[in-house]
Amino acid sequence: MTSFAVPPSAGALEEIAGRSLWQDALARLKRNRAAVVSLALLAVIALLAALAPLLSPHPFDAVYWDDIGSPPDFHKAHWFGTDANGRDLFVRTLYGTRISLLVGLAATSVSLLIGVTYGAVAGYLGGRIDSIMMRLVDVLYALPFLFFVILLLVFFGRHIVLIFVAIGAVEWLTMARIVRGQTLSIKHREFIEAARAGGVSTAKIIRRHIIPNSIGPVIVYATLTIPQVILIESFLSFLGLGVQEPYTSWGVLISEGAAQMETAPWMLIFPAVFLATTLFCFNFIGDGLRDALDPKDR
Amino acid sequence: MWAYYLRRLLGAIPTLFAVMTVSFFMMRLAPGGPFDRERMLSPEIEANIRKAYDLDQPLIVQYGIYLAKALKGDLGPSFKYQDYTVVELIASGFPVSFRIGMTAIILALIVGGSLGILAALRQNSVADHLVMGIAMVGITIPNFVIAPLLTLVIGVYFRLLPVGGYGEGSLRNLILPTIALALPPVAYIARLTRASMIEVLRSNYIRTARAKGLPGRLVIGRHALRAAFLPVVSYLGPAIAGIITGSVVIEQIFGIPGIGRYFVQGALNRDYTLVMGVVIFYGSLIILLNLAVDLVYGLLDPKIRYDFRHD
Repeated sequence: MTSFAVPPSAGALEEIAGRSLWQDALARLKRNRAAVVSLALLAVIALLAALAPLLSPHPFDAVYWDDIGSPPDFHKAHWFGTDANGRDLFVRTLYGTRISLLVGLAATSVSLLIGVTYGAVAGYLGGRIDSIMMRLVDVLYALPFLFFVILLLVFFGRHIVLIFVAIGAVEWLTMARIVRGQTLSIKHREFIEAARAGGVSTAKIIRRHIIPNSIGPVIVYATLTIPQVILIESFLSFLGLGVQEPYTSWGVLISEGAAQMETAPWMLIFPAVFLATTLFCFNFIGDGLRDALDPKDR
Repeated sequence: MWAYYLRRLLGAIPTLFAVMTVSFFMMRLAPGGPFDRERMLSPEIEANIRKAYDLDQPLIVQYGIYLAKALKGDLGPSFKYQDYTVVELIASGFPVSFRIGMTAIILALIVGGSLGILAALRQNSVADHLVMGIAMVGITIPNFVIAPLLTLVIGVYFRLLPVGGYGEGSLRNLILPTIALALPPVAYIARLTRASMIEVLRSNYIRTARAKGLPGRLVIGRHALRAAFLPVVSYLGPAIAGIITGSVVIEQIFGIPGIGRYFVQGALNRDYTLVMGVVIFYGSLIILLNLAVDLVYGLLDPKIRYDFRHD
């Protein structure tokens, strides 16, 4: 789709400003309408979540005894109505957004940290170490991980930090495979050889050369990991195993809303719309980034 | 060819072993035990209880006892439902879960497959965009959101079907949960089938079939479909895992007395043995079904057997 210019003649070379891979990718991303709209929507959602206390006069845990489970009411500034305990649903949805996004980012970071290191080390060292490390990944891959996360939460108690760690520890496997693949494809290139010839240590080669050069696919996959993580967190919270009172997240709100939907459908609909929109946005951005960073795939 | 099957079989064993080992040590590492109560027991009674559950043995011996029992199909008594063993609870929930899950898989294959083929044959038509749009929704929106919304519209506003409950397994009660469970795999299978069908339709042997004057119906039915369905078969493994996971939420939402509901109740009540039993049961089930899918795939796709002969 991109109209690449005809290769310039030798004389014209100096006049053309160089475009880096990233500028190229950014230009392609900007042309992807779904991705741009998604980015904007996500920014709005994140901003709403960040500014939550300023946007509503109600604290997130205040109980209004006169308005229990009441529909949206603009006079009292209950824009999304109130929940079954008489708390303002607008503020609670935004606070839930904070937690869900936070879990998404934090757990994805955990998975990045483990997955990138593991994959780069396995791929770069190669040989027997590589095959043992990747065999382990294969074994773990076949495990029903969500059940282990639940097991973990049952045994060690329901705590938000544990959720970050547990989900992050689940999601690193694919990341490790991707980074290993990238590493294998670049480790025999000349600049790595040059670094090795120059006496750079293995750890430093991995840190300075291997990881930075496999960042493209990592970014794409990280963007697609965030919605998965948000989904897992919502799933756990929906079952009552995730975020605990008085804090809330989309999963908790949807579960509370589902219980009341016959009399108070707004309790289900508002959080569900937030969750769905966010998931869509991340998926569109991930697809857009993939197209932008890897144009040959189209 | 046998190397492939043998390798698959041997691959499943360490995974099964890992499931049991990880869950056992996770439970033993956890702070606090199921016998920590507010009321202090006298030391003699506590010692007796610990002895009854082999807790007085060294950890490695406990692990051995546990493995031996689990292999014999003894997952211990449930802590919460005190008159039942974990195996009895699983056995009572399994037929219910199996019925819904199996129906959902078959539904997903038929509906997803047909939608995918339809979209591929009418590429870039309105029908194609519609199917792919719905598939995008089905993949992105989790079924714990779809299920309540579905109930809200069909069960509450139109009052066509019951909102929840099992109703002794009557068909009316099972329609909504099955649809909710089947939607994500329907979406995925539709997308997979469309993509692979489009690719297959472009291949040379399809052109040959058309060139020799075979009617379009036969080209699709006899030649294209078989190849186009291969990726769907390999997706069946993850699909089964997804349906089992999904059934946990769906059974909870609709109040269906399957394994998933026992699992969630057990998790909320900290019923250690029940939760562990279900994890081991589901873990083994998923591993075995994945193995079965791989074996079927080997039968269908000669390329795989060939690749394995050479390594």
